[in-house]
Amino acid sequence: MDVFLEAAREAARLLFSGDSYVRDILGLSLRVSGTAVLVGVLIGIPVGVAVGIGRFPGRQLVVALIHTGFALPPVVVGLFVYMLLSREGPAGALELLFTPTAMVLAQALLASPYVAGITLAAVQAVPSDVRLEARALGATRVQALWAHLREARLGLGAAVVAGFGAVLSEVGAVMMVGGNILGETRVMTTAIVLETRRGRYGTALALGLVLLAVAFTVNLILTRLQQGRQAAVWSTAGVERPWA
Amino acid sequence: MGSRTYLTTAAHAGARTGVKPRARACARKASRVALAVVGAVGACGGERSDHGAGNALTLATTTTIEDSGLLSVLDSAFRASPPQVRLRVIVAGSGEVLALGRRRDVAVLLTHAPAAESAFVAAGFAAERRPLMYSEFVLVGPPSDPAGVRGERDAAAALRRISSARARFASRGDDSGTHQRELALWREAGIGVEPGRPPADWYAEIGQGMGETLRIASETEAYALTDRPTFLVLQSGLRLELLVEPDPPLWNRYAVLVVEGAANIEAARAFADWLASPAAQELIRSYGRARFGRSLFMPGVPETSPQHTGLQSEPEPESDPEPESEP
Repeated sequence: MDVFLEAAREAARLLFSGDSYVRDILGLSLRVSGTAVLVGVLIGIPVGVAVGIGRFPGRQLVVALIHTGFALPPVVVGLFVYMLLSREGPAGALELLFTPTAMVLAQALLASPYVAGITLAAVQAVPSDVRLEARALGATRVQALWAHLREARLGLGAAVVAGFGAVLSEVGAVMMVGGNILGETRVMTTAIVLETRRGRYGTALALGLVLLAVAFTVNLILTRLQQGRQAAVWSTAGVERPWA
Repeated sequence: MGSRTYLTTAAHAGARTGVKPRARACARKASRVALAVVGAVGACGGERSDHGAGNALTLATTTTIEDSGLLSVLDSAFRASPPQVRLRVIVAGSGEVLALGRRRDVAVLLTHAPAAESAFVAAGFAAERRPLMYSEFVLVGPPSDPAGVRGERDAAAALRRISSARARFASRGDDSGTHQRELALWREAGIGVEPGRPPADWYAEIGQGMGETLRIASETEAYALTDRPTFLVLQSGLRLELLVEPDPPLWNRYAVLVVEGAANIEAARAFADWLASPAAQELIRSYGRARFGRSLFMPGVPETSPQHTGLQSEPEPESDPEPESEP
């Protein structure tokens, strides 16, 4: 038990003492994963909405493909991006290997299926009457779609949260394409692997707790944004909330 | 706790790369205002990385050199000397390190797999294999020593005893230099061990690094072959004892390879030359003495004739009889 208490104490110290090593890698973790989720949202939400609302041949196949993306092993994505960006690879001339940009690219690939998959579930869960009624009341197609998305916003928030959690916690891809270089591409998860390999389990555990504490703070903010004003709307609308 | 020293060292390293005071103030604010965390820390991160390829040299190393802390000592010393080049360190197993080299993604390789290194040179990826330093392989096991190998001097005889006692043995099983050496020892002991096909239930292929293998050996009361530096560094957290120190020693040889056609090759050559300098060799020799009471690594090549320990019939083109410029 002492190990866990010691780790918790060390975590608190690292979090509040402004240790510059931890602050740097934590900053990079948030920056890389945050940017990756942003890219994932730009790709995943349009795809999720299109597949969720659209009706086209082979749609079920596309849905299954998106859901398969949930099972993408980070290390495989890392390997793929590595082969792409390696000097001997097709995009080697860009010299992006072992940079934060390469890490964002890999994590964006990981985040996109999460965002798309949960978006499509959220969009589909809203009765299509919403759009029909809006059209009947004289809304344009774009306005009707907007109304539909407004109804689905809780689920869209969940999509962002899930994507962020998936990439903030992964280590396989960032290790592979970032290289865990001190001061350049070391993030929380790769630092935890490093400390574990060095046999410093206490420090590794403490870093893990720091990462969780920060993830909690970020999620608290996202949850406020997501649930804040909407709670009242939902309770009166009486619509199913499969994700709540 | 050792962790604190490490974090402080790392903090200094961070300071060296130029963490600005503004960033520090910025983070202080962030910890106070929870809502600002994402934005502020993100912005701090943004100011930092100056990964211009300019005077930085990308190097891939086998885990032990980095994990023992030796590489950061060499890095700081090298950075302080004339070309003032900064190292970008990537840590992996010898196999992966050589693969990174074959794709010319790194300019300098530090490995300990002589046969594979020679093949690397023969294929034209590097001009030569330059000996850097060496350590020893030893046999560790549970303090209860169920196979009774304590004090044995002949590694192969110790393995025979472990096998006949059906005592647990944890193998790296990852095709690393250490794994190759272990397989050669089993051959010498006359016991058929084929990778991918464990000979019996007492033999476990871990498929991970040295640290993980030692940890598993410790938890399952198994024997394991390890290099001495890794064991010394991790010893305090393990329920394992050093049982067999082979005599003559089983050398574990480290080499430097400069990758032909990689970026910043001048700096790579300068680093390889510097590693052979008396100053660097003295750093290697003295590293670890304060903490472990003995050197973790010895610079250059072992003095004893390699025949006796050359278990894997390494076709080493020891093309450098004069160990670079040893003091």
